[in-house]
Amino acid sequence: MARFIAPLTTTRYSTLESVAGPLIIVQGVSEAAYDEVVEITMPDGTIRSGQVLEVEGDNAVVQVYEGTSGIDVDVTSARFMGEVARINVSVELLGRVLDGTGKPIDGGQPIMPEERRDINGAPINPIRRDQPSDFIETGVSAIDGLNTLVRGQKLPIFTASGLPANELAALIVRQARVLSGEEFAIVFGAMGITNREASYFVQSFEESGALDRVVFFRNLADDPTVERILTPRCALTVAEYLAFTCEMQVLVVLSDMTNYCEALREISTAREEVPGRRGYPGYLYTDLSTIYERAGRIKGSNGSITQLPIVSMPDDDITHPIPDLTGYITEGQIVLSRGLHRRGLFPPVDALPCLSRLMNSGIGPGKTREDHSALANQLYSAYAHGTELRRLVAIIGEEALSATDRSFLRFADAFEGEFIAQGATGRTITETLDLGWKLLTILPIEELKRVQNFIDKYYPKEGDDAETSSAAKPETKEERDARRLNERAEAASKASDKVVSPEARTIVNRGGQ
Amino acid sequence: MSPQTKEAPPYAEDTVASDEDSGRIIRITGPVVVAEHMTGSRMYDIVRVGNESLMGEIIKLLEDTATIQVYEETSGLHVGEPVTSTGAPLTVELGPGLLTSVYDGIQRPLSFLAERSGDFIGRGMSIDPLSEDTTWDWTPVAAVGDEVYAGKVLGTVPEGPLVHRIMVPPVHGAAGTIKSLAPAGSYHIHDVIATLSDGAELTMTQRWPVREGRPYERKLDPSRPFVTGMRVLDTFFPIALGGNAIIPGGFGTGKTVTQQSLAKWADVDIIVYVGCGERGNEMTEVLSEFPELEDPRSGAPLMERTVLVANTSNMPVAAREASIYVGITLAEYYRDMGYSVAMMADSTSRWGEALREVSGRLEEMPGEEGYPAYLATRLAAFYERCGLVVPLGSVADESHNAEARGQGSVTMVGAVSPAGGDLSEPMTQNSLRVTGAFWALDTDLAHQRHFPAISWTKSYTLFLGQVSRWFSDNVANDWATIRERAMAVLQKEIELQEIVQLVGPDALPEAEKGTMEVARMIREDFLQQFAFDAVDAYCPIEKQYAILDTIIQFGDEIEAAIGRGVLLSTILNLPLRGQIAALKTTPHEEALKRIKELVPEIHNQITHLEVG
Repeated sequence: MARFIAPLTTTRYSTLESVAGPLIIVQGVSEAAYDEVVEITMPDGTIRSGQVLEVEGDNAVVQVYEGTSGIDVDVTSARFMGEVARINVSVELLGRVLDGTGKPIDGGQPIMPEERRDINGAPINPIRRDQPSDFIETGVSAIDGLNTLVRGQKLPIFTASGLPANELAALIVRQARVLSGEEFAIVFGAMGITNREASYFVQSFEESGALDRVVFFRNLADDPTVERILTPRCALTVAEYLAFTCEMQVLVVLSDMTNYCEALREISTAREEVPGRRGYPGYLYTDLSTIYERAGRIKGSNGSITQLPIVSMPDDDITHPIPDLTGYITEGQIVLSRGLHRRGLFPPVDALPCLSRLMNSGIGPGKTREDHSALANQLYSAYAHGTELRRLVAIIGEEALSATDRSFLRFADAFEGEFIAQGATGRTITETLDLGWKLLTILPIEELKRVQNFIDKYYPKEGDDAETSSAAKPETKEERDARRLNERAEAASKASDKVVSPEARTIVNRGGQ
Repeated sequence: MSPQTKEAPPYAEDTVASDEDSGRIIRITGPVVVAEHMTGSRMYDIVRVGNESLMGEIIKLLEDTATIQVYEETSGLHVGEPVTSTGAPLTVELGPGLLTSVYDGIQRPLSFLAERSGDFIGRGMSIDPLSEDTTWDWTPVAAVGDEVYAGKVLGTVPEGPLVHRIMVPPVHGAAGTIKSLAPAGSYHIHDVIATLSDGAELTMTQRWPVREGRPYERKLDPSRPFVTGMRVLDTFFPIALGGNAIIPGGFGTGKTVTQQSLAKWADVDIIVYVGCGERGNEMTEVLSEFPELEDPRSGAPLMERTVLVANTSNMPVAAREASIYVGITLAEYYRDMGYSVAMMADSTSRWGEALREVSGRLEEMPGEEGYPAYLATRLAAFYERCGLVVPLGSVADESHNAEARGQGSVTMVGAVSPAGGDLSEPMTQNSLRVTGAFWALDTDLAHQRHFPAISWTKSYTLFLGQVSRWFSDNVANDWATIRERAMAVLQKEIELQEIVQLVGPDALPEAEKGTMEVARMIREDFLQQFAFDAVDAYCPIEKQYAILDTIIQFGDEIEAAIGRGVLLSTILNLPLRGQIAALKTTPHEEALKRIKELVPEIHNQITHLEVG
């Protein structure tokens, strides 16, 4: 819906009244619109961009994306562009690097837009949403086995300073695939991450040959803070175009949402708004939801947007407003643990507080395996019991425990050491589930209440030992690549009758050239 | 800029101000707009804002300057654009066709929005909540010449599994007699079905302002339990029909799953489910599941007794604030027909946050944690709208020997999402003061995958006195005793656990180890309930009692045997525990039959154990 048609003429105002933090106040503006884009001409002639945050009478409060340093009240002028922020979208964006506001910065060809879209998007009508239910194999046991990711889900990684969230995200991006074998297009929104982190991701995409499928929005730590407000919105607008117009499977990685929220707080403080918790604005929940809720699937479209935001928990505190509000919007969370990381385990996923709300619709017969749900429950409750006993052992010592309880302790150690800490390798879902069963043999069989129905079929028999342990052993890179190629080819041939939109097909081809 | 075609809201066609007396926008900040020259406007009047006719509501008046919360996205709105008042507050349209509908926060049907604007929600659209095209089979109940009073039943139409009673709107009061009445047949909702002697023409629909409770004859003391099929709620913390409860819990503790289970299995006639500022995919889940599931009582799809109000978190924040009121008004309407209605609000915290957000934009002095100081007042007014009532007009109906409607009720269950899982925050604390039950979700239980993660130590209910009589009359005489004994065992377990923390489990005497074992069975075999299991999702009240009774009796046998000197491990080696554990997933009738055999078996096997 075209809400707003840019007027043919625009007026330039040099009536700046004041500059405060990232905001400027322009006086005497006739008919400014809320959310309108503003072009600011600096005393030295350079151009900056901004957006109207509030209009009152003929005063407009404008936030300047590139920061306000160098702006004066005499010479600087502002032009109100008469339209809300928009971005050019096109499948040609795949393989390109853009700045935080969507301008190409890789020195490549200018992008020929197929459409210009409002970056704020519009809420998906809930009745037009399609239930996300397609299993995504990430190759990470802690996710596939226990907190399954499905197509159209938003599943954040809660991390803390010094923990390898980026490595985990890169691993997922590298390995993620759906059963139909389609490749993911990746939209990466970098907000305030360091140059080193950004080049890590680029390198990792390069190594896996995914670079042609990535749209990279780059707002680095030394880029203007306020620009970060736009980055996730631009990224998701492109993602929506690729997913719902070009019918592609899109994986959106947003790193790091904490930097985004901090930018929001900076503006809110500059506007002297009533602060909510820890100085974050009262509308933080609503604002975050307009980002996270842009994940999903739509009826009648093959495409999907799966979101993998990275959220740093300041001071490892999961109750901090940013992870807290995120958790209330997203469909679960993957939480990293400093304790596991210190012990050198990778990925250091703290299984207990993790959750995938859509797991139950993405697993089971025909998707993963019939025993998946029961097995995951059993592993969880056994691990929870084991960690509880560890606390007890700290007080009373291991000798005071019964033999059964000691087996739970052993299980918890093995679960962390083998199941969670798989290293930077991939496991198929079958390997993950079989490994889970193998670990359960540590426990007395009568304790396995939640998997009773599947014991006959899946409980490792004594003779199977050699086989199961080989499944648990990390395979070499060559073996894995060969196997995955085979599997992918098989999956693709199975899915060959699946309708792929012409656009999507071109992209896949282009990726191959 | 091309102005969109303006559509006046259907309920106020004749009151829309003409262009000359429309106001003008002077300030825009997020969802809040200030307009001047709004002479004649009243507080809470609905206005049309800007050239796109966005819908808004007046929330503050200062001389002729009105502050408006806009129910739609305001980006692109200019200072100077017109604002016109409709002269009427936010109302909902009530009539046949509400059931199975899915509305946004201001009662716009989402399916029609999708027809008009596609997969994404557009702006400035006003759509009739009820379909004009559907015809309904009308059967008159009243007769020409009957005296008219507010709430009088004029006739009925079948709606899904229910009889929808068409009533005289409450605003009419005593207004003469019925002059004419449409004969039985098929009518559209806006066809005139009755004319009154004062000239008023009545259709099958009526409008009601959402911020005002619908009137009733009188409130009654609730006495029947609100049966949910969830063991921990029905047996441990029951509420009454017409009561209210809150479910607070941090994220991931299962608020939504619990709310959805209640919506599926609660023993009521109508469900109003308000998704207030929650996830879009959760609404999709309800939308795809409810038409598939069968109402255990009528056999009809669950959707046929359900109205959904879906205002997801990314939909405009002011409409989120309104959605709760829209929901409760729909619930009250069916209550007035004599039905029991349950309203689920998921989550009231998002409503509170919407209030806070708008309050912040108004630059009001903040109360606790930035919430406005009137939060408690609003919450109290809202929760007091539920209750068990004698519907308006039903007393008069009886005196005229008309069909009796009996009692109607609105039961409300509000989810609360406390920030950081901290229950001392203002939303939880203010809700606690006005609600009758507290179903606390516990993060630790959720981490252990103990679902429903409702804590038996923190939760409470104030309705126990009112409903235990019903339980002893209808379920078992000793219902209250069994419940108390089970609670006592769990309490004892907590004390024993403290000792175990210090000295280890082996240091406990045999009898206390036995208590720990029974407590574990109560937790695992009774309290835990798997919402995704076909049988276990809903547990009838008789079965709840029977399972708990079996566990308690098992505990008694253990105690007696240990008293004789039998070792606990010997008792636990019997295959009995597994059989008790299997009860909850055994279908109802079969389970009751099985329990009849099991209880004597337990007694026999344990009393025959050798001492040693």
